[in-house]
Amino acid sequence: MTTFVLPDSLAEIRDEFLELPESDRLQLLLEFSNELPDVPERYEGHSELRERVVECQSPVYIIVDVDEEGRVAMHATAPKEAPTTRGFASILVQGITGLTPEAVLAIPDDFPQSIGLTRAVSPLRIAGMTGMLMRAKRQVAARVG
Amino acid sequence: MSVEFDTSSPKFAEYAQPGRLVTGEWLESRLGEPGIVVVESDEDVLLYETGHIPGAVKVDWHTELNDPIVRDYVDGEGFAALLSGKGISRDDTVVIYGDKNNWWAAYALWVFSLFGHDDVRLLDGGRDKWIAEGRPITTDATTRAATDYPVVIRDDSTLRAYKEDVLAHLGKPLIDVRSPEEYDGSRTTAPAYPDEGALRAGHIPTAKSVPWARAVAEDGGFKPRAELDAIYRDEVGLADGDEIVAYCRIGERSSHTWFVLQHLLGFEGVRNYDGSWTEWGSAVRVPIVTGAEPGDVPA
Repeated sequence: MTTFVLPDSLAEIRDEFLELPESDRLQLLLEFSNELPDVPERYEGHSELRERVVECQSPVYIIVDVDEEGRVAMHATAPKEAPTTRGFASILVQGITGLTPEAVLAIPDDFPQSIGLTRAVSPLRIAGMTGMLMRAKRQVAARVG
Repeated sequence: MSVEFDTSSPKFAEYAQPGRLVTGEWLESRLGEPGIVVVESDEDVLLYETGHIPGAVKVDWHTELNDPIVRDYVDGEGFAALLSGKGISRDDTVVIYGDKNNWWAAYALWVFSLFGHDDVRLLDGGRDKWIAEGRPITTDATTRAATDYPVVIRDDSTLRAYKEDVLAHLGKPLIDVRSPEEYDGSRTTAPAYPDEGALRAGHIPTAKSVPWARAVAEDGGFKPRAELDAIYRDEVGLADGDEIVAYCRIGERSSHTWFVLQHLLGFEGVRNYDGSWTEWGSAVRVPIVTGAEPGDVPA
């Protein structure tokens, strides 16, 4: 049975949001959105690694890889016109990259509901982030399986 | 005190209510004028924060126009509080624009109309066309003095249809504005959209399929009158005096079509069924048709 443990990286991000009044949390999500790094060139042409997150309304793709040292790296692309989706992706990219596969698999599935954005963003939109997390976990399981 | 209509566009002049649309040029030259409030309403809740028309306020459909508990819109008190907080007065001219060819802008306009806000218009082509034309965008926060918007009872009887109304309406014109795949029952969600939880797929019996985007021109604005008439009157067969109901999945895309039928083509009895497929497709024992044909009125 999987024991869910929230890694420190994601716990810090969650606390950053929860420390803000609800009205300021969208601004922080926008900062994350602006910080989403480009996908490294080495992944170009590796369409087998790209996975479309159909739970999101905008075309967002994620790539989750595990390096030789057993560390997970997550990358994501989403259009500039979809800042909310970019923000969600950026949170996960920053929180997941550098973790061990076991740590990623242990991330609680309800993490997106725990960061205090459900009311500011709406439950339906948060569902897009859940879709992204579940797909990232599935990709990690496939890489190490 | 009403603001003059935008009479600069020959395209608008052909519409039944030419004053319901404004061009970017018209709006840009009036930014900051008293009596006009610009409202941005987007699908993406953060898009406004990345840059908006100077002086525009944001109205979010999920978090502000919907009741937080019941699947319904805010009530008269809620709407008064919302608009007072945004600095909108009852007699202001409200110009709404947004992403996705004004889907959510049209949805917001429809909700404003349920409360009888008299002068509410759309920026033709929405956010994308404004930006494509190189018009100003800012991230500066908009501050407007709060107003005292009156508490107005929402009127659901003329522009809004409930499920029971649609059941009683079968046999009269019904327009399904979703994608062909949603209409024929091969899927319950718009392509590339999240599943919002309809348990069955297909369409309401007798509904004709006219995807909303058919009303959109290449520049993102609405098609000219003659092209819209060719679709809705000649092809679909809508005629003056018809009672018409439009629906989609949650009522947002059908607001776009509602705007076209009600304001641009001048049909008078047009209602938006906002429960739409997420209600109908999960309701117990309502009739459903699958496949590409509209189907018959159930016996």
